Order: sequence, then C-alpha cells, then structure tokens
Amino acid sequence: MKRQAWRRLLPNYLILSLFLLLILVPIIGLVFSAFKTDTEVIKGPLALPSQLRIESFKEAWTTGRFNYFFRNSVVVTIVVVTISVFLSTLTGYAFGMLPVPGKRILYPLLLVGYMVPFEAVIIPLYHMMDNMHLTDTYWALILPQIGLSVSFGTLWMSSFFSAAPSELVDAAAIDGCNRWQILWRILWPLARPAVLTLVVLIFMWTWNEFLLALVMIQKETMRTLPVGLAFFQGRYSADIPLMAAGALIVAGPILLVYIVFQRYFIRGMLGGAVKG
Amino acid sequence: MKIPRRWPGESRFHGWLYILPGLLIYLVFVFYPILETFRTSFFEWDGFSSNRVFVSFQNYIALVTDAQFLKALLNNLTFIIFYSIIPIVIGLFLASLLGRKPLPGLTFFRTGLFLPQILSMVVVGVTWRWIFNPTFGLLNVGLRALGLDALTRAWLGDFQVALPAVGAVGTWVQYGFCMVLFLAGMQRIPEDQYEAAELDGANEFRQLLHITLPSLRAELGVALITTVIAALRVFDLVYVTTRGGPGDSTLVTGFLVYRSAFQQNQLGYASAVATVMTLLIFVISLVILRFQARGEEGS
Repeated sequence: MKRQAWRRLLPNYLILSLFLLLILVPIIGLVFSAFKTDTEVIKGPLALPSQLRIESFKEAWTTGRFNYFFRNSVVVTIVVVTISVFLSTLTGYAFGMLPVPGKRILYPLLLVGYMVPFEAVIIPLYHMMDNMHLTDTYWALILPQIGLSVSFGTLWMSSFFSAAPSELVDAAAIDGCNRWQILWRILWPLARPAVLTLVVLIFMWTWNEFLLALVMIQKETMRTLPVGLAFFQGRYSADIPLMAAGALIVAGPILLVYIVFQRYFIRGMLGGAVKG
Repeated sequence: MKIPRRWPGESRFHGWLYILPGLLIYLVFVFYPILETFRTSFFEWDGFSSNRVFVSFQNYIALVTDAQFLKALLNNLTFIIFYSIIPIVIGLFLASLLGRKPLPGLTFFRTGLFLPQILSMVVVGVTWRWIFNPTFGLLNVGLRALGLDALTRAWLGDFQVALPAVGAVGTWVQYGFCMVLFLAGMQRIPEDQYEAAELDGANEFRQLLHITLPSLRAELGVALITTVIAALRVFDLVYVTTRGGPGDSTLVTGFLVYRSAFQQNQLGYASAVATVMTLLIFVISLVILRFQARGEEGS
C-alpha cells in the first residue's frame, strides 16, 4: 500500500524537482565558480572545482575591500533592525490597543511609506543629507531606512496587538500594571513570533538595500555590500571566480539567517510583504 | 472592531507618546521627501538653488511625448509579463497539478523555491551576468553542447533579446514564490468539492476555473500585488546587468529617475518621472486590493 502511494506521488516529485533545479543550478554554479581558477572557469560552467581554493575570497575581502563593506553593512543593519523593531512595537501597540486622537489620519499617513518606491524620496533626501553634511555617513543610510521600516512595522505590529487577548491586559491593569508595563511584561513575550518575523524582514530589506546606499555614499570605504559588489562587478566583470566570491560574501549572512529562521521569512512574505 | 478606552486619570494624548518617536523619523525622512519630490516636479532645476525655475505642468506635459520616458514605461509594463503573469501561470499550473494531494517533504522544496526571494538583486544580477556571459556563460556553453550554436548570442548586449533576458531573471526570482503561495492555498480547498465536480462531469479545466481559481482569490491578490510592484520598481537588477542598455532597450522608470537626477542633474524632470511611477504603483495596488476585497464580500 505504502509503495503504491509512493509510486503515485513520484511524477509530482519529479515535476517539483525540475522547477527546484532551475532555481538551484545558477546558485550552485556560482558557488562552484567561486572556488575555481581562471582556467577552470573556461573548462565548463558546472564542472566541479578541482580543489577548495579560497584565494578569490581572500582577494575580494582585502584587495576588493569587502572587509570594509561587510563592516558597514553589519553596523547599518544592526542599528536599523534594533531601532525599527523597538519603535514599531511602540507605534503598533498604540494603534492597536491605546486611544490615539487623530488615528484616522495618522495611521494611513504612516502606511503611505510602505507603498512608495525609494525613487519617490531619494532626490530631496539626497539634498537634505547633503545640506546637513551627512552624506558618506551611516546616518544617511540609517535614518531613512528606520522611517521606511517603521511604516511597515506599524502595520505589522498593530495587527498583532489589535488581535491580542484583552482579558490578559485587563487582568494586568487590575493588578496595577501601567500601560508601559503591560506592553513589556505581558504582551512582549506573546509577540515573539510576530516580532521575529518583523526582525527577519527588516534585516533582509536593510541588508539588500541598494539605491539609497548608491546615492548617499561616494567614499569607497563607506559602501555597503550590495553597492560594493555592484562597483566591483564594473571593475572585475571578466574575473568570474572573484565576482562569484564577492557575491557569496554578500549572500552568506542572509542565507544563514534564512536557513535558521525560514519559517518566519516565508510567513512574512506570504503575508504580502513586498520585495523592493 | 473594539475602540480602546482611556483609563481614569490618563491624559487624552497618552497614546501619542508611543507614536511620536517613530512618526517623527518617518515624517522627516520619508513623508516630507515624498511631498518635496512632488513639489520639485513643477520646477526646472539643476540642483543649484539659484537656478530653480517654476514651470508648472511643463515637466508632465513633456513626458507625454518623451521617447525615453515612454520607452521606460513600456519596458516596466513588459516586465509585468515576466515578473507577474508567467510566474503566476506556472504557479497555478503546478498548484493544480500537485496541490490536491498531501506531499510529504514539501518543506524542503519550499525552502529551495523561496531562495531567490531573499537574495540581494545585486547578487542575482551578478549570477545571471555569468549565465549570460557570451564566451563561458552557462547558457551559451549549454546551447553549444546541445549543438544549438545558432542560438547562442550576447544575451545582454543584443537589442532584440536584452529585455526578455533581464525579464527572464525576474521570472526566475518570482515563480517559486508564486508556487509556494498557491500550494499553501490549495491545501485549504476541501477535496469533496473536486469529487462533486467530477461526478458532475466537469473536466480539469472547468475544475480549475470554477473551484481552484475562486478559492485562491486571496493568494492571487497577494501574488499580483507583490509581483506587479516588483516589476514597476525594478532598479537594482537593471543597474547591475545592463544599465538600461544597449541603447535604451532595457531602460526602466526607476533607472531613468536615477540617471536624470544624479548623472544629468535634471531634478525637475526626474521628480516628475518619480511622481508618475509612484502614482502608478498606488493606483495599481488599490485596484488589486479592491478586486481582492470584492471577492471576499462575495464568498
């Protein structure tokens, strides 16, 4: 019986595997290329590298200055994620559970930011940062991305808080908790799945952000990984192993987070969180 | 929906304390720039404050006959075919083929199918530049191995095929997402609906039309909104693969905004393009949301 079911499912698995392979082959090819020598690249795009050669990674890291790009991306991403999640929890809590005068104007106003493309803000933003002498600093990358993330974060967290059980809140209030204590002592532990989803989404958007960093940063050592890789590609586009190694340095951390937290990624994105 | 009540002795504006820090950063660094982009679109301006000239609707009127802008807009609309329509069709086809029976191990496939969604579009662009590389790229090498030398070409440098080539990358990014989305939705549809339809003699196509599609309306809405907005927003991928070339054959509105604002100093023109692009995204999103909401009322 079991064997029969397996046979019936086999064609389905074959079809799924075909479509999965179409996605994986380019990525596997990229990984192979990163370990190859220039001559091996010419031999065949999907041939296995003869050895695990890490020279290309070393060269990208030092000569290619990916050590700087990596540091910049880590700093910007950690700051944006931490502050955005904290502020979104506050705004989401207020819109979901507290009386807020002017809510009918303020809430849609915040959501506008979720729908606009970066192109709609980048021109005045550049002049603003230039006037404040903030181009080529982390501020120019951090502040606008917090603003955009809070927009989505408010939507995300307020839908969690407005569905949270109000009996718990009432009971805590009777016990003498104030609003602030109710948020952090009672609701925050319950919010863990929603918060984790928000963390991984904002992490992904910030880590991968391109246009803002392209416009705001001129100094090479201040570039983030995606912009660094794009310029790197302009200079070394013929050196496939070096390019592939650079691309893997950019993709590595997000892949790691994805493998550990994929449930939260998929839940958030199936919920309609838009990829920029 | 419940309306939150004020506690005794609590200020009316207590809730504002929680909103203020986030709202302030948002207003200064996102909302104000949106308004400022809109205002700039009514000026001719090269970036130096002394040269700012009010031209009312001139920038917009010029757009109607501007070959560059129309080309970019047409390319964005073409990308909707590659980013939305093809992935959704693939996703629906597979979901209706596979979704009715439980598939052990689906989580494993889901992980892989979702992969392109989490990668930076710069990484995706670098990967596909390697695939499209005329001499040692995967595509041309593969075609030669199959004896199809006549089909090989410089994919990203060819006026005819550069646009579909970049579009195909969009399909690669989006189809796994659509598959996972629809497969998840299919699990919800009760099997007896299909059994009843089969008893009534409905063929596979009619089952798709009358059972699967209406049941997947919510998922279709999410898929459409996500992929259409991605098609209208394309920037990183074009920047890395073609920079809009050869000629303007892969130019998109996002890249046009960047190029005219930051390389050609035409800030008024760039702002007008950005405003049109934003409005387009808004209108299309609202239409899709409307279609989705109407379906929910009906069911």
